[in-house]
Amino acid sequence: MDQTGESPASGDPAFAAPAFAAPAFAVPGEAPSGAEAAAALRIEQLRKSYGAEEVLRGIDLTVAPHEVICLIGASGSGKSTLLRCVNLLERIDAGAIWLDGQLITGPGVDQNLVRRHIGIVFQSFNLFPHMTVERNVTLAPMKVLGLSRAEAVSRAAELLDRFGLGEKRSDYPDRLSGGQQQRVAIVRALAMRPRLMLLDEVTSALDPELVADVLDVIRELAKSGMTMLIATHEMGFARDIASRVCFLSDGQIIEQAPPDQLFSQPSDERTRRFLRRIVDAGRL
Amino acid sequence: MAEAPGLPDLSARRSRLLGGDRRGLILSTTSTVVVLAVLLAIFLLAPGSREVRTTFFNPADMWRAFVGNPKAGYYSIGEALWLNIRMFVIAEILILILALVVAMIRQSTGPVLLPLRVVSTVYVDVARGVPLVLVIFAIGFGVPALQLRGISAESAAVYGVAALVFSYSAYVSEVYRAGLNSVHRSQVAAARSLGLSEPASMRYVILPQAVRVIIPPLLNDFISLQKDTALVGLLGSIEANKAAELFSDTTFNYSSYTVAAILFLLLTIPLARFTDRLIARDQARRLAGAR
Repeated sequence: MDQTGESPASGDPAFAAPAFAAPAFAVPGEAPSGAEAAAALRIEQLRKSYGAEEVLRGIDLTVAPHEVICLIGASGSGKSTLLRCVNLLERIDAGAIWLDGQLITGPGVDQNLVRRHIGIVFQSFNLFPHMTVERNVTLAPMKVLGLSRAEAVSRAAELLDRFGLGEKRSDYPDRLSGGQQQRVAIVRALAMRPRLMLLDEVTSALDPELVADVLDVIRELAKSGMTMLIATHEMGFARDIASRVCFLSDGQIIEQAPPDQLFSQPSDERTRRFLRRIVDAGRL
Repeated sequence: MAEAPGLPDLSARRSRLLGGDRRGLILSTTSTVVVLAVLLAIFLLAPGSREVRTTFFNPADMWRAFVGNPKAGYYSIGEALWLNIRMFVIAEILILILALVVAMIRQSTGPVLLPLRVVSTVYVDVARGVPLVLVIFAIGFGVPALQLRGISAESAAVYGVAALVFSYSAYVSEVYRAGLNSVHRSQVAAARSLGLSEPASMRYVILPQAVRVIIPPLLNDFISLQKDTALVGLLGSIEANKAAELFSDTTFNYSSYTVAAILFLLLTIPLARFTDRLIARDQARRLAGAR
């Protein structure tokens, strides 16, 4: 087993969103228009309700390849739901989502095929507790992509080494710290070589001293060109890493702008109020 | 600053209540011996004690019942127990499979499977609601009476096993269901988000975690199944309980039932202890996991 621990050069094809056409996971005849083809992800008028409560009220968002979008907003503003909708974990009520120009919310879409190409990392890690770290990472590549054990293991080893987890491959998740577990969860998603990563408040369940390690991993991913949609409460991090920041409130994107602009000259009163509270809490 | 008032001496009270380790050991041993002695005394001093001892606990009769004597009209209970063991093992395997299928169907959500869901729900209600004895009679006497080619000419033991499987699969399917429900939904989300299909998520992520949870209650049901194989004797199979009955019918001595009871205990107690060990281990692991 390769254990050199050498990091591949940034821009590794495993992490960069490939420029070639996506494999067909949508029904034929849904040919993308020019504008849609350019976007890694395009969301149009997305609506989602839980019972009587409308959680997403007409979300429009376009993410270009290699862009890092941070979603900020109070708890309950719809950030997590938005990510879960993009990954088709939630059934949407109205609107449409395109991945690399292909409609993924229409009828006849193979959801499993779509999910192969979108990695998601959850706040609570959700590692499989009955499997070792290595098995957590190799399960989907083997069972979904059909990789041989050897191929999957070497892919896992490469990623685990790269994120400083090489020695943990035989451990069970409950032996790891929260930060290590979350990094394994990120590696598990990356092992599928997704073209889009969704990160759902991945540091919110971590002890403060463990947050930095995880954020470093995400920074490295951003540097390698991974397209990411990140829901986060870490404003400093968002400011640092995002190509664009979206402020969500009441299930709508109130304002989106490059971080410098959004954090220093927010145009909407609701954004200003939210940011003021963050500043008052000493979090920015 | 004033001292906090009137806290009683806690250490003294504690030591008086619990005593030292050694004192606890002496106490528990003494109380056990006393209780056993009292029970034994009641048994020995009861007016009918002598008769009970000769009819139920006669060593010579117990040995005769254990080895059997077909010429005299009774069979070895030891040998008959082998039939119980075979029925138990075969029934257990079939139950594990059938119950899983029923549980999966009941857990399914697809509209296509609705008829199957209704059938399995009704099945579980019926099988749990009808006493096992009646099920054994219904299958053991009903199926042969149908005179169906191929299935109406089996031995009583086969019908007995079928009845056990019918009844117990319903209980065990509920155990499975509890186990499946105990796996958090976020695990399903994690599995599906990686592109695993629903069956693959079940196979690799949900089921392995569910099985871990249900092993103790499952073993508990199997302890119960082990002794319920005795009911198959009602159909005429010479299993341990039936062999004991034949002995008492011929000799008018009930020591054979004592033999059968002891043999069943020898079967079930190891499984019960094993279950306890698993539960203890699971608890220890959970405590360690909590940290």
